[in-house]
Amino acid sequence: MLDIALWTSMALVVAALLLNVYRLTVGPDMPDRILALDTMYVNSIALIVLMGLWLNTKTYFESALLIAMLGFISTVAVCKYLLRGDIIE
Amino acid sequence: MTLYVFLEGVIAFLLVAGGAFAFIGSLGMAHLRDFYMRLHGPTKATTLGIGCMLVASMLYFWVIDGKPDIQEMLITLFLFITAPVSAHLLAKTGLHLQLRHEDKTRGNPPELRDEEIGEKPVPHPDRGHG
Repeated sequence: MLDIALWTSMALVVAALLLNVYRLTVGPDMPDRILALDTMYVNSIALIVLMGLWLNTKTYFESALLIAMLGFISTVAVCKYLLRGDIIE
Repeated sequence: MTLYVFLEGVIAFLLVAGGAFAFIGSLGMAHLRDFYMRLHGPTKATTLGIGCMLVASMLYFWVIDGKPDIQEMLITLFLFITAPVSAHLLAKTGLHLQLRHEDKTRGNPPELRDEEIGEKPVPHPDRGHG
C-alpha cells in the first residue's frame, strides 16, 4: 500500500513541477515567474522528501532544509529588487 | 500488527493527500487568469500539501526508528513561517508593478486605481488658485 501511495504522490508532484515549468516559460510578467520559481522549490522539497521515503534514508533532509532557506532568500531578494530597484540599501 | 497496518494506512493517506494538494496548487497557478488569482494556489494549497508529506515522512521514520526526528519538523516550521512572507512580498511586487487584473477580481486597492491627480485639480481658494 505504501508503494502505491508513494508512486502516486511522486507522479502528482512531477505533474505539478511540469505545470510550474509551463508558468515559468509562458508567464506574462516578472512576478508570475518569481511565483513559479517559488512553487518549484517547494515542490522540489516535496520530491526530495519522497525520495528519502523511497530510499529509506534520512540523508537528504539537510539538502531539503538548505533548498528551503535559499529559495526563500532568493524570492525575497528578487522581490526587493523589483520593488525598490536595489537589494541592500 | 493491527497498529502497523493502521499507521501504514495513515501514512499512505497523508502521502496521497499531500501529492494531490501540491498538484492542485500548481494547477491553480497554471490555470487561473491574472496574477492576483494565481497567487492563491501556491501559497495555500502547496504549503498544505508539503506539510502533509512532511508529517507522513516524520510518522514513517518514527515507526521505523522508534524515535521521532526533528529535521522534518524544522522544515515544516520553516516553510510555514516563510510562505506567508514571500506571498506578501509577491503581492506587494504585483501591486507596485501595477499588473493588469480581470474585472472579476474583487477589491480595489489604491495602487490599481486610475491616477486622479492632475486630471481634476483640487480648488484652494485661500491660496489664490481655484
